Amino acid sequence: MTEVHVAGVGLTHFGRHPERTGRDLFGEAVQRAVTDAGVPRDDIDHLNYGNFMGALAERQAHQAPLMAEAGGLQCPATRYEEACASAGVAVREAVKSIRSGERDVMLAGGMERMTNMGTAGATEGLAIAADELHEVHAGITFPGAYALMASAYFDQYGGSRADLANVAVKNHANALGNEYAQYQREITVAEAMDSPPVADPLHLFDACPITDGAAGLVLVSGEYADEHAVDAPVTITGTGQGGDKMALQDREYLAQTPAARDAADEAYAEAGVKPQDVDVAEVHDCFTIAEVLALEALGFYEVGEGIGAARRGETTRDGDRPVNLSGGLKAKGHPVGATGASQIAELTRLLRGDHPNSDAVPDAEVGLAHNAGGTVASAVVHVLEVAR
Amino acid sequence: MSTHGADETPRDAGYDDWLDGIEAGEGIYLSCPNDHGSLPPRRVCPHCGSPELTEEPLPGTGEIESVTVVHVAAPSHADDVPYATAIADFGPVRLTGMVRGVEPDAVEVGTTVAPTVERTETRDERVLVFRPR
Repeated sequence: MTEVHVAGVGLTHFGRHPERTGRDLFGEAVQRAVTDAGVPRDDIDHLNYGNFMGALAERQAHQAPLMAEAGGLQCPATRYEEACASAGVAVREAVKSIRSGERDVMLAGGMERMTNMGTAGATEGLAIAADELHEVHAGITFPGAYALMASAYFDQYGGSRADLANVAVKNHANALGNEYAQYQREITVAEAMDSPPVADPLHLFDACPITDGAAGLVLVSGEYADEHAVDAPVTITGTGQGGDKMALQDREYLAQTPAARDAADEAYAEAGVKPQDVDVAEVHDCFTIAEVLALEALGFYEVGEGIGAARRGETTRDGDRPVNLSGGLKAKGHPVGATGASQIAELTRLLRGDHPNSDAVPDAEVGLAHNAGGTVASAVVHVLEVAR
Repeated sequence: MSTHGADETPRDAGYDDWLDGIEAGEGIYLSCPNDHGSLPPRRVCPHCGSPELTEEPLPGTGEIESVTVVHVAAPSHADDVPYATAIADFGPVRLTGMVRGVEPDAVEVGTTVAPTVERTETRDERVLVFRPR
């Protein structure tokens, strides 16, 4: 089976760009990824594109060929939609296409335009990732669904709002030097605690922002990299996907995410690594509680133990295993359909040594990206390794 | 976004029928030969795939398992805030609904509730409601 190399990565600034079209955002990400890779655009065989709610945000469906065009790609394109895990799935399917020998060079990425919808519109749009009949009718919002998970976690395992605030503080601190991040400013535990409630126990600073942005990756086969002397030291060595029932009420667990556990188990097995081998991780912290649930599902902590990780300093920049050195969804921003690819772009930069926070993990060899859809009814995990 | 008021068409077959039942005090759930519970609309059991689903009476009360007070709502529920939404355990199935009859902040895990169907403030749409028993 051929290796899959990350030859190039491209990100737009994540933030408020209400007047920028989706095609403009994605075109910029592709331009940067292709430039970073140094691979001829014409060699790209296929675009795998992630997008969640472009039909609502821009009244634009059938986005894949439009985005190939925006990127100047002369190849077919397919859109992947798996809510917030859309780009993770797009990357995973690209990895599988290259491994199968079907394709040699692929562009995998995604885009979301959200701030033009306003807070109410985006809240409504995000809610469609939940079960329309049994959840949305009952007033469940995206923060509300994660609040139910947080409430159940507190009830079953303990923990406090202060523990969650420490996750937010950590991720804001990590975003400080990241030029692509939406919030490049520090916050305090007190500020986070005092922010207004969105859905108890989650407050405003427990939530990721509404974000416009795009991400792209150029992925190439080992044969192509060798033949064309592509400088691509980072490889994707494991990919996994898991699923769960759509509505929280139909799940076995309210405070665990077995879909992420299953995805991680598959990715670890493919890569031949264990949770303790992971040096640095980007996890899907759409809400602070989501990072906690991810740490446990990925096997970094026992169930019920992940809540204090940030407070204890174990997942901070100076900790044993830094998590979300990019700033995470919380501070870097969460353009839904781009997030899964942006995590791999950030990990690649961290492992290559050209990320502003690479100095926090100078010897890192194994990175992990965890991308979740909805309330983790779907999850994708990738393991990345760097040749040192 | 579609609306689902009782007087509007089209209805969501299965789901709206299920709400009708709860409204009439004749709530049901679906059971398969392996005793998995689920809620309509279903053709097969979501837990084992069995097509042999039978309608069973929904237990009259459930217990709140998790609750949140929503302060920032979607436009469909904007005038209802703040409201409590909870997942309640009815034994073979869990239900998700708004909690009324108690201050939102006072709703506690473990509270015994009964399901009913009421209307949202915002759009006068039907909504599953839990009231403490």
